[in-house]
Amino acid sequence: MSAIFSKKFDTNLRVIAGVVVVTLGLVGGVLGYLLHPNQLDTGYTPVQPVGFSHKLHAGNLGMDCRYCHTSVENAAFAAVPPTETCMNCHAQVKEKSPKLQLVRESYATGAPIQWVKVHRLPDYAYFNHQAHVTAGVSCVSCHGRIDQMVEVKQVSPLSMAWCLDCHRNPDAHLRPVEFVTKLDWKPEGDAAELGRQLREAKNINPPVNCSGCHR
Amino acid sequence: MSELIQINPQGVTGKKYWRSLDAMEQNPEFTRWVEREFQENASEMLESGSRRNLLKLMAASFGLAGATACRRPVEPILPHAKGVETLIHGKPVHYATAVTTGGAATGLIVQCHDGRPTKVEGNPRHPYSLGATNAHAQATVLGLYDPDRAKQVHKGTSRTTWDEFYGWAMKAFSPEQAGDGSGIRVLAERSSSPSLEAVRGEFAKKFPGAQWVEYDSVSFDNARAGAEMAFGQALEAHYQFDKADVVVALDADFLGLDAVSVLPVKQFSKKRRVDTPESGMNRLYAAEANFTLTGAMADHRVRVRASEVGALAMALAKELNVSGGELKVLGNPGGKSEKFVSAVAKDLLAQRGRSVVVAGPRQPAAVHALVALINQALGNTGETVVYTRPVVSNPSDSLARVKQLADDLKSGKVKTVVVLGGNPVYTLPADLGFGEALTKAESVVALTADENETWQAAGWRLPEAHVFEAWGDGRALNGLASVQQPLIAPLYEGKSALEVAAALARGERVSGHDVVKSYWTSQWGGEAAKRWQKALYDGFVEGTEFPVAPAAAQAPAVLAKVQEGLKAAADGWEVVFYASASAWDGRYANNAWMQEAPDPMTKLVWDNAALISPASATELGVQDGDYLTIKVNGREVKAPAMVQPGHADKSVSLSLGYGRTACGRVCKDVGHSVEPLRTVAGFQIAAGADVKKGSGSYQLVTTQEHHSMENRPIVLEAALAEYREHPDHFKHMVHSPPRVSMYQGFDYSQGYQWGMAIDLTSCIGCNACVVACQSENNIPVVGKDQVRRGREMHWIRMDRYYTGSEEDPQVVTQPMACQQCENAPCESVCPVAATVHSAEGLNDMAYNRCVGTRYCANNCPYKVRRFNFLEYHKGIEESTKMVFNPDVTVRMRGVMEKCNYCVQRIQEKKIEAKAQGRRTLADGEVKSACEQACPAEAIAFGNINDPESRVSKLKKQQRDYELLEELNTRPRTTYLAKLRNPNPELA
Repeated sequence: MSAIFSKKFDTNLRVIAGVVVVTLGLVGGVLGYLLHPNQLDTGYTPVQPVGFSHKLHAGNLGMDCRYCHTSVENAAFAAVPPTETCMNCHAQVKEKSPKLQLVRESYATGAPIQWVKVHRLPDYAYFNHQAHVTAGVSCVSCHGRIDQMVEVKQVSPLSMAWCLDCHRNPDAHLRPVEFVTKLDWKPEGDAAELGRQLREAKNINPPVNCSGCHR
Repeated sequence: MSELIQINPQGVTGKKYWRSLDAMEQNPEFTRWVEREFQENASEMLESGSRRNLLKLMAASFGLAGATACRRPVEPILPHAKGVETLIHGKPVHYATAVTTGGAATGLIVQCHDGRPTKVEGNPRHPYSLGATNAHAQATVLGLYDPDRAKQVHKGTSRTTWDEFYGWAMKAFSPEQAGDGSGIRVLAERSSSPSLEAVRGEFAKKFPGAQWVEYDSVSFDNARAGAEMAFGQALEAHYQFDKADVVVALDADFLGLDAVSVLPVKQFSKKRRVDTPESGMNRLYAAEANFTLTGAMADHRVRVRASEVGALAMALAKELNVSGGELKVLGNPGGKSEKFVSAVAKDLLAQRGRSVVVAGPRQPAAVHALVALINQALGNTGETVVYTRPVVSNPSDSLARVKQLADDLKSGKVKTVVVLGGNPVYTLPADLGFGEALTKAESVVALTADENETWQAAGWRLPEAHVFEAWGDGRALNGLASVQQPLIAPLYEGKSALEVAAALARGERVSGHDVVKSYWTSQWGGEAAKRWQKALYDGFVEGTEFPVAPAAAQAPAVLAKVQEGLKAAADGWEVVFYASASAWDGRYANNAWMQEAPDPMTKLVWDNAALISPASATELGVQDGDYLTIKVNGREVKAPAMVQPGHADKSVSLSLGYGRTACGRVCKDVGHSVEPLRTVAGFQIAAGADVKKGSGSYQLVTTQEHHSMENRPIVLEAALAEYREHPDHFKHMVHSPPRVSMYQGFDYSQGYQWGMAIDLTSCIGCNACVVACQSENNIPVVGKDQVRRGREMHWIRMDRYYTGSEEDPQVVTQPMACQQCENAPCESVCPVAATVHSAEGLNDMAYNRCVGTRYCANNCPYKVRRFNFLEYHKGIEESTKMVFNPDVTVRMRGVMEKCNYCVQRIQEKKIEAKAQGRRTLADGEVKSACEQACPAEAIAFGNINDPESRVSKLKKQQRDYELLEELNTRPRTTYLAKLRNPNPELA
């Protein structure tokens, strides 16, 4: 009577188990890497209905962010401006450009322009622009060099770990509030030291508890 | 070691508290109930359907979920094409407005998020709100988004337009066709609107023969008729409870449903606040049939049938020697009340000019006249009781006028009837047969808020605008006028009663705004624009209060009339009608927040019941839910019985507003209509009833045994005298082992440390906080069946404990929400760290982390965690979604939730303060929703690291105690023990 299990059985079993474990680990690792917000969300550059260039307006022309994003210092939302804001200039500048057809239509009909949201947070995260901007966190800290972007691209992962990095060590991202919208601003001297002074002067202690952002 | 885990070995000293008769008797079914964390079946997901079906469903939804998650959802941003001035997206704006109840307006501040009203608060500057609201005002905002509202103009059952209606109306209401208007009748709700009064004047000028009748089903006419009897003119009595040391309430629930504003509660609780053991405290006596919130607050309560209250008042008048001469006493109020009357009389005489005697609106005019005499004899008139002219027109005879209207209809005198608001077909006395009578008129126009019974009976069916959609005005009880400012354009085609009335009177369409604004500005001359702006901003028009009217009664003459009017109570059963704490007179019947808010005393949800005393129940042989057949004057209804401890014998209390036949989906098949029993003669109290056990029974659902506390020392209570003698009395009421923790504590010495103190001495248990919390925190409504399974979602549970005998118990109420323990038992058992501690002492709840193990709820000794067993927000109408607070997550199925001290409000104020460059928040800047709504100011919330904050000061009192302190959970919410001020003579 031959043996039910061959001599090699144990070895084979170990090899198969090993392969399975390694494969699962690899697949998990690759998926984990690919699905991480660093890969999944950063770099998101949707096509917008109107080819509005931040590089032209905020960069070359040097318009302040707050000309359009008016409520950034007063409310949770920075606010995408009404069509009327575009028409303040474009009633006279490039008033016949075909690229602005949609803008003129929207202004005439009252139908909103359907912009595509780039920086999207989950509904349970209550981000507040006012809190950050008035504390001296610049636009550039999260949005990158918008003034160099023709098309707006998400440069940060906007993941919770990424938020917490800064909430735990805010010093490097703090600047005097008057420079918040100056995206190319560089401190004279040590940024962290200046940040520390600002933090202490303004009693800035970013929340790291759940209810700081989730309600 | 065993010492540490032993729980409260010595047990409790003091009184025994019970929540229900079952609990008192330790009925085995009750014991089984409390021993389970969740009620039986609470965790079963589907009523029917096998596990296999469930798995199939789950597999399918996983598949779909996988498919949708592949792509990042594209979310559009839609800015306005043209900017809106003052609108900042995401920043709420607040407007002052007013809401009218029973003809009296109360000022409100309503919060608007991006153009949609989301939350109602009281107007701190308005003298009848002082910043507080009641539960009904809180729920008004849900009514705005009710998907079952009347939306479009109908002629019969077919859709038509306002243009069609006005086209018809301009002809029908032209002098050519209507002549002097003798064929026209208008039936409107009670109103104190000065603009509407002016429009009414115009209407009367145009149609001198027409009649305009105002009527409310929950009527306060008797009180004004009583004043008429006493003073020769119908006056409104204003009781100044903040000046009274002794208050006697005769069938008067002035702290609850017999008040049209929260002012009485504000005033009363001011006199009941105890800051030090030396503080004074008022004393409240109550005599009533049903157990009301006022009876619950009372230091002494006697139960008397409503029809015997007159005899009791007479006995009191005799004891006080009101007439100076002989007084005929009616019947014998009986042993217990005799002692009560003499003690009350002595107390009143000792506090001349500093006492109040008040009778309830159900009592006949003669009782009110007698009470006016008593107050006069005690020197209270002019001190604690003042009179002004009433704010409503025809203040005392609305019932006679609707009877006349019905008679005119039946005799064919009436060609056209216009119903402006309300639901008269359902609420008018049944013996008038109003629905039937309406068919005699040629045309019936009804402007109603929902497609109710009256809408169904009308030819022209017009949708009424919600109070937040329409311009209007109204007067508070003392005459102070408020402009009712809309917060949103009408969602549907609704128009206000004022607009329709003005159009009919003027023969042209006018906007409500123009009517109201021109009424006011025309009186103001040059300053008009400025004063109009100020009136809108303040929420009231300065200097419009009525002057105090001189009121002096000729005692002997009035007494003669009173004696003539008062009859001795008949033997046998009486039936008494009350406004419902939920549905009021039916106008809140389709409001799910109100339906789900447990009745303050019975804890009944989604129903009304016939309340009877335990002795009466034994006599009839009925238990909770058994049907009773109640017959009065040949009319009969069937309603389920419910045993109410402390209820008067041989008396049935019925609440109005249920069993509607034409109604939206919330109140469909909810409760039993008792309106068929109401007649002109027995409108408030119907004597000579025949009450019998009926056939069958009905499932009543209450929350009174849910989350029971099993005889542990939850409410502490003492008499004021005891507390004065031993200020540390409460510290000795509970004995707990030394509190040693296995964990290292947090450092709480820095920053804000949030805490709450709830004063049980002030709390009246009115539910305002419960509904305010529901509104602020997007708490779902689950429905009767889910509540039966113990799945209610309210973050605040209003506990009501009885103590004493079931015939004459006393009641303590206790709002109970998450205690925000410093050593929180829930935190240590959560496997995914979804509930963790914050540096400011909050017990945070991160919904998106929660996987629904429910370990936390299992480990919570206070039973304050709520689990979303089902997707309660699924399938709600688009319009109802607009009521949500955008600052709070709408929770999904499988997630645990609980009170978080309104953390969204804390964060908002902190961000605001920082942006303004302030380092710290002032005390009172952050108010939790419950604290803000509370009319008794029983809830204090704030920073306990600030020794000067209101909450810190309260916590320093000797009455302060922690719930279940032997568990060493160190709750941040503490309670201040209940004090009463009993009369030693009655002890």
